[in-house]
Amino acid sequence: MKQYIRSSACISPQKTFRQVNFLTDVMEYNGTRLRAIEPDYTEFIDPKLIRRMSHIIKMGLAASQECLNEGNTNMPGAIITGTAYGSLGDTVSFLTRLIELNEEMLPPTAFIHSTHNTVAAQIALMLKCHQYNNTFVHKGISFESALFDALMLLKEKEADNILVGGIDEMTDASFTILTRLGLYKRWPVSNLSLFKTSSNGTIGGEGSVFFLLTDRPSADNLAELIGMLTFYKPNDTAEIELKIITFLALYGLQIDDIDIVITGKNGDLRNDKVYNQLSHSIFRNSSLVNYKHLCGEYPTSSAFALWLAANMIKREEVPLVVKEISVKKINPNKVLIYNHYLNKYHSLMLVSAC
Amino acid sequence: MYSEVFIAGVGAITAIGNNVAECLCSFEKEQAGMADIAYIDTVHRHNIPVAEVKLSNNELAKIAGISAATSRTTLLGLIAAKQALKDADIADLSSLRTGFISANTVGGMDKSEFFFKDFVTDNSKGKLKNVFDHECGCVTEAIADQLGIKDFMTTISTACSSSANAIFYGARLIKNDLLDVVIAGGTDALTKFTLNGFNTLMILDKKYCKPFDENRQGLNMGEGAGYVVMVSAKLAKKMNKALYCKLSGYNNSNDAYHQTASSSDGTGPYLAMKRALEKSGLKPTDIDYINLHGTGTSNNDNTEGMAVKRLFDPNYPPMSSTKSFTGHTLGASGGIEAVFSVLAIRHGIIYPNLRFETQMHEFSFAPAKKFLKDQTINHVMSNSFGFGGNCTSLIFSRI
Repeated sequence: MKQYIRSSACISPQKTFRQVNFLTDVMEYNGTRLRAIEPDYTEFIDPKLIRRMSHIIKMGLAASQECLNEGNTNMPGAIITGTAYGSLGDTVSFLTRLIELNEEMLPPTAFIHSTHNTVAAQIALMLKCHQYNNTFVHKGISFESALFDALMLLKEKEADNILVGGIDEMTDASFTILTRLGLYKRWPVSNLSLFKTSSNGTIGGEGSVFFLLTDRPSADNLAELIGMLTFYKPNDTAEIELKIITFLALYGLQIDDIDIVITGKNGDLRNDKVYNQLSHSIFRNSSLVNYKHLCGEYPTSSAFALWLAANMIKREEVPLVVKEISVKKINPNKVLIYNHYLNKYHSLMLVSAC
Repeated sequence: MYSEVFIAGVGAITAIGNNVAECLCSFEKEQAGMADIAYIDTVHRHNIPVAEVKLSNNELAKIAGISAATSRTTLLGLIAAKQALKDADIADLSSLRTGFISANTVGGMDKSEFFFKDFVTDNSKGKLKNVFDHECGCVTEAIADQLGIKDFMTTISTACSSSANAIFYGARLIKNDLLDVVIAGGTDALTKFTLNGFNTLMILDKKYCKPFDENRQGLNMGEGAGYVVMVSAKLAKKMNKALYCKLSGYNNSNDAYHQTASSSDGTGPYLAMKRALEKSGLKPTDIDYINLHGTGTSNNDNTEGMAVKRLFDPNYPPMSSTKSFTGHTLGASGGIEAVFSVLAIRHGIIYPNLRFETQMHEFSFAPAKKFLKDQTINHVMSNSFGFGGNCTSLIFSRI
C-alpha cells in the first residue's frame, strides 16, 4: 500500500502560504528570531473569535483549513497534530497572571486554551469533525510522531484523508528562556548567511504546516510518502549512517537513488557536526539542501522540510535559496529528509514523485 | 493479521496508595484519598480539598531512585512505570522491541512555577534548571532513560483523556508488529497552574466530590500515575505467568461541541463507547462494569450519563467513578483507571462510587455504592474524556 501527500499548507517566516512563487522572494531577517508571516485570518476564522485566539491557534486553524481546501476535502477522516511546546502563549499568560494576582480572580480564557491539544480540538470544533483526534508532544519528534500515527491509521484502514500538522509558536518568554539556555547565537545574524558563520547557537523560528494524507492515488497528489523512521540517542555517526542505509534498503533504495537530501543544518557548530561528517561520508555525492535558515530552528520544523520536499517534487523545481552546493538534478524524483533535534532525536522521511 | 494485545503488568501511585496493593486495600476499606492541601504551596490550602499522593518529593525520589530536584510528575511516573514493569516480569527485555508511550498535561510545570516567580519580575532571573525540563516530552524521556527504553518513545497530550490515548496507541504499535512490549499510561502531579485553572472554571467542589449525584458540586483535583505493560500474542505465549486480560476495544471520537464544555446529547462519549464496542466485537450487554470518567462536575456527568443511556438503556451494567477515591488526576486518570479496570477483571471487583446519595433525576440508573469482589467480570469499559471534546473508551476483556 502506498501513502500520498494529497495537499499541504505552510505558514512560516517565509512567503509560503498561498504562494504561486516557490521561495523566490526570500525574506531576510537580522537577529536570532524569525516570526511567522501571518495571513489574513478573517478568511478562515469567524472574526468574532479571532480576537480571543492566540497566535498558535490562528496559525493552526488557517493552515489546516487551507490544506483541506487545497485537497478539495471538507471533512478529514482524522486530525492529528504534533507540537513540542503546545499553547505556549496562553500557558505563559495564565502562569504570569497566577503569579501577579497571587492566585486570586484569574480570568479562565488563557487556561482553557492552554492545553496542548487546543489546535487539534479547535479544528475539530470548526469542522464539526467527530473522528479520531490526537496530539503528540514529544520534543524534536512531535511532528514525526503525529505523521507516524497517520501512516498507521491509513495502514489499518481506520481512516482516509488524515489531516496532520506540525505547529509551534515562539513567544517573548520562550525566546528569552531559550536564548538564556544557549540555543541561539549571541549576536544578530542574517538568516541568509546563517551557514557562512561557524559559531555556537542557531536562530529560533516557528510555524504551522499541515498535510492531508491519503492512500488513494491521484494525479493531483503532491508526492508519495514512502516511509519514515525516528531513532533516539545513536551511539555515534557510524550508527546514524547504518540507520540511514538500512532505512533506504527497506524500500529497495541506495543513497545514489536519492536526488536530494534535505538536512537539518542550523548554523550551530555542535548541531551541524553530524551533517558535516555525513556530507563527507554517505552523502558525499548527494545534492544537499538546507531549510532552517528559512524557518528557523524549532522542534516541529521538520514539517517545513516535508512541505519543501513535497513541493520540490510537485513543482519539479529546487529553489536556489535552499541549495547547499550545486544541485545536479533540477526535477527531483526522490527526496530524503534527515533531521536531528539536539542530537538526541533523529528522523528520516522519504518522499517520492507519485 | 493483527496480533491481540495482552496486559502483563500494572503499576499505579495515587492518593489512595503508593502501589497497586495499597490502592486495592483503600478501595476495600472505602477510604478516599482527599484531604487538605499538604504538599503544594498555594493560597487555596484549607479551602479546596485535593487528592495528593501522601509523600514529599524527597520521599518520592528515594523510592524512584533519582534526584529530588526532578519534576514531581517524573517522580510519580517513574515509580508507577517501574512497578508495572516489575509486575510484568518479562525475561530478557533488552532482546525485545520495547516502547514507552506516556501522557501528561503540563510537563514539568511544578518546576516552571518556581522559575516564573522570579522570571516574571526580571527576565534575567529564575534558575534555568527549573525550566529546561518544562516540555511534556521531557517527563517521558527522563522515565524512559531510567527504564532503559530506547526503541520507541513518544508523548501524548490530549488533556484528561491523554493516557487512555497513550494506552491504545501503544496497543496499535503491538498490533502492527512494530513492537513486542509497550509500557503505556500517564502521569500528572498536582500543580498550582492546573489547580487554579480548574478553580477559575468554578468546577471544584469545596467538599469531597460526589460523581453522578443529583447534588454534585464539582470535581476534586488529584495526582498520580498509572501504567500498563502490554505484550504481543507471540510474547504472551512464551511468558510463564498468568496475564491479566486483553485490550479488546478502543476508540477516540470528538465531541466537537465546545473547547471545555461537553454536549448535552453526549455525542463524543457515545461515539467513543459505541465504536470501542464495535472494535471489540461486543454488545453493550457484554459489559460487566463501566469505570466512568465521572468527574463530579454538573456538565461531565450529564453528558456521560446521556451517552451511557443512549448506548445501554435499559440494561445498565454496574458502574462507578473511582475519582471519588483518587480525585481527578487529569493526564494520569486514563492510565490509573485502566489499571483499576484490569484489576476489576483479575479480582472480580466492582468499585464503589463514594458519597453517592441521590440519583440524578434525568436518569434511571445509579452508580454502584458498595465494594464487591469475586464477581463475574469478563468485560470492563473505561471512559476518559478531556478538554477539546477528546473522548476515549477502552475495553478490557478476560482471556
